[in-house]
Amino acid sequence: MEALYLLIPLSTLLVFLAIWVFFRASDSGQFDDLEGPAMRILHDDDAAVPQEPSGGA
Amino acid sequence: MSGEGSGDGSGEGTLCFHCGQPVPAGQAWTLEIGGARRELCCVGCQSVARLIVDSGCADFYLRRTAPSARVDPEQLLPPELALLEQPQQAQDQPHAADASAELVLSIDGLRCSACVWLIEKYLVRLPGMQMAEMNVATSRLHLRRDPALCSTATILRGLRGLGYTAYPFDPLRQGEQARRASRRLFRQLFIAGLSMMQVMMYAVPVYMTHEGIDPDMMSLMRWASLFLTIPAVFYSALPFFTGAWAGLRARAPGMDLPVAIGIAAAFLASAIATWRGEGEIWFDSVSMFIFLLLGSRYLEAAARRKSASALERMQQAFPASALLAPGYPQQRETTLVAAAQLREGDVILARPGDTIAADACLLEGVGEFDLALLSGESRPQSFQIGQEAPGGAVNLSQPVFLRVVRATGESTLAALTRLAEQAGQGKPALAQWADIVASRFVVALLLLAGATFLAWQLIDPTRAWSTAIAVLVVSCPCALSLATPSALAAATDRLLRTGTLVVRGNVLETLQRADTIVFDKTGTLTQGRPQLTALWSDVDCQRSLAIATAMERGSLHPLAKALVEEGARRQVDALEVEQLTSVTGAGMQGMIEGDLYRIGSRSFVAGLAGTVLPPVLLQSAASGAGSVYLGSSDGWLARFDLADALRTDAVATVAAFRALGLRTILLSGDQPEVCTEVAAAAGISEVQAACTPQGKLDYVRNLQRDGAVVAIVGDGINDAAMLRAGDVSFAMGKGAALAQVSADAVIMSDRLQAVADCAAMAQRTMQIVRQNLVWAATYNFLAIPAAAFGLLDPWMSAVGMSLSSLLVVGNALRLSRRQARSAAEAQPAAVRPALAGAA
Repeated sequence: MEALYLLIPLSTLLVFLAIWVFFRASDSGQFDDLEGPAMRILHDDDAAVPQEPSGGA
Repeated sequence: MSGEGSGDGSGEGTLCFHCGQPVPAGQAWTLEIGGARRELCCVGCQSVARLIVDSGCADFYLRRTAPSARVDPEQLLPPELALLEQPQQAQDQPHAADASAELVLSIDGLRCSACVWLIEKYLVRLPGMQMAEMNVATSRLHLRRDPALCSTATILRGLRGLGYTAYPFDPLRQGEQARRASRRLFRQLFIAGLSMMQVMMYAVPVYMTHEGIDPDMMSLMRWASLFLTIPAVFYSALPFFTGAWAGLRARAPGMDLPVAIGIAAAFLASAIATWRGEGEIWFDSVSMFIFLLLGSRYLEAAARRKSASALERMQQAFPASALLAPGYPQQRETTLVAAAQLREGDVILARPGDTIAADACLLEGVGEFDLALLSGESRPQSFQIGQEAPGGAVNLSQPVFLRVVRATGESTLAALTRLAEQAGQGKPALAQWADIVASRFVVALLLLAGATFLAWQLIDPTRAWSTAIAVLVVSCPCALSLATPSALAAATDRLLRTGTLVVRGNVLETLQRADTIVFDKTGTLTQGRPQLTALWSDVDCQRSLAIATAMERGSLHPLAKALVEEGARRQVDALEVEQLTSVTGAGMQGMIEGDLYRIGSRSFVAGLAGTVLPPVLLQSAASGAGSVYLGSSDGWLARFDLADALRTDAVATVAAFRALGLRTILLSGDQPEVCTEVAAAAGISEVQAACTPQGKLDYVRNLQRDGAVVAIVGDGINDAAMLRAGDVSFAMGKGAALAQVSADAVIMSDRLQAVADCAAMAQRTMQIVRQNLVWAATYNFLAIPAAAFGLLDPWMSAVGMSLSSLLVVGNALRLSRRQARSAAEAQPAAVRPALAGAA
């Protein structure tokens, strides 16, 4: 049970880390469209695309 | 291209491969797609399909799950796109560092995931295009490209060519703010959820254990809970604190006040208890509470945003450009300018088929204008020199010059539109009632919590604080405040998915109380455009139609269009017409294979064919039908009767409302005989014909004065006043923009049956709302006294409150689940055109 004395503070730190990561992802626009990616995922492209669409808005 | 050659879809060969609509028998439009020859229904679909195949995107047909939009050949290349060649017109935003510019377009007509794929793939292959990203949630297309290589017009033209309508989107207008607000709400929800899950992890062991937890461990878990709750309280709960403060300043305490007090009191007491190392903590209740409340707000906001963006797109119906003639009358050259730039005194040219962008005076010639958008009158009206034509009128005759009387922004149409926009965004009465009850409830609750605290100070001071918090939390009026909005949001979302846009909140509530339903005729019960109903000829029907088609091909008159359509459907021979002239208000004259023909009104044709008609042409026409005559110098040839046909689902819709016990009325500006006939065909018992817009409004008001709750279905601008006056109103999706902004709901699918579906939905929604309210009332009635007498601990209160809210929200969500199932049933699988070898 002693491990909990380390794990509980660690879990709290992890949550704050997760919040930071989430804010960065949200700032980059990853959550702006929650429907489109589900539509795109099944379309694998056999033909080469001249230019890769870059991420971010 | 994957080149599957198996099967050619001959089983469903009568359906257009592109749009899925029936192909006229024996037509000639075909295209090689995916290794097989496909039949297409019209030249528009053919050119779109060719563009898709030629740009290497033929896989689109294997991926899509719904047929594409039918393409009107006339819409392929609208001239106003040329405007966007000028860089200041396009909303180009220079991108840092390189020679690229960003562009945001708003896209209409997305149907399935293949559309997204097709748009992105097509655009990214254009020269100079660096990035093309489609945001499905907002229907916005984000582009980055080199403006020198890839002009805005090229992109728009390409999108139009693919069959999608794109509008330049001005991010300054309103989108940015709404987007930021929704992003913030999503973040707050996410943080609250994360916080809740973590705090629960420390709270559950405490609730479960029987032996007790080591005090050190207990203290550690309390501190951890405190830190994890801080983001939820100080970031996620901000909307409640600001809302409570705003309510206090306005002296109208809302739901936010007890929520804010409950959160603040529970958090502060828990923080103090943690600091002192003794007493109760309620961090789990606080974070769970915040998460649940934010969750319901988020769902509501998402539904509202969707309806707002659909409205925004509707307003694009205004003409975007005008032809300015700066040198008039000396020079007649024109330049294309944006309609918004027109000033009073400018001279503009309206070509046949153009919509006049602003109120303007006729300067020369005789104009014939279609005012259907403004008055609902389908017959064109003649205008003399000096007469003022309203903006929004469509020029049907030769090109005319007009002097602008009022700038576009002040034109009749724009003013009417603004008026309609200002019409209240009223909350449903039931929700308003709930709000009033809740705000009194809030005051009573705060007093009760205070009284409980004082009473327990006398009885048992150690329990005073926890009992007061238990009262605040358990009774939290959220079950009450969620009962209506969550059900309405679920129902609204479900309706939107089936193509009914609910604009104002009162639709569902009022619709299930409605006892009278009023239908407009033209465009609502009927298709809104004439179709050939009878062809009288004692010579040769096919030949007559071929001549008529050839002569009317260039005309924009609705009757002419109907004739040409019918000619295309019946596969008539294409004939060459020479010396074609148009006589305003009478008809057309032209030479075909050496013979002179006239088509049009009876008197006009009589001038060529003689006044004596063969008996077959004297047969009486069905009332409401317009007749077009055809004759040559050798005599009369044919008479075409054209009438507006009933919608296919009109009878079923009227029957559905009659079955619900509603009084059905047909209210129209048209002639009485026509109205009676249409009403009889649709099964409507009462008819009120020849009404002006004012007459319609008065009639509706009279009904309301007699105590009727009136639902109205209409489509034209002449219905706008009546739509606003009605207790609940629907506008057809293909109708006038003004009617749509005046109505409480818009039938985007353009199916009349959707109104009946909406009524059924309203009944279920109100049933759910009543269940929710009854539950919320019962719960509060039992739980508050229990908490006040100290029978409940705060954690029990929080769990009770949460379960109660979940129950209410879950009950409401049943509406959208049932929706999904019936929507799937409503989609006939057979619409999908045959795909050779498609997975």
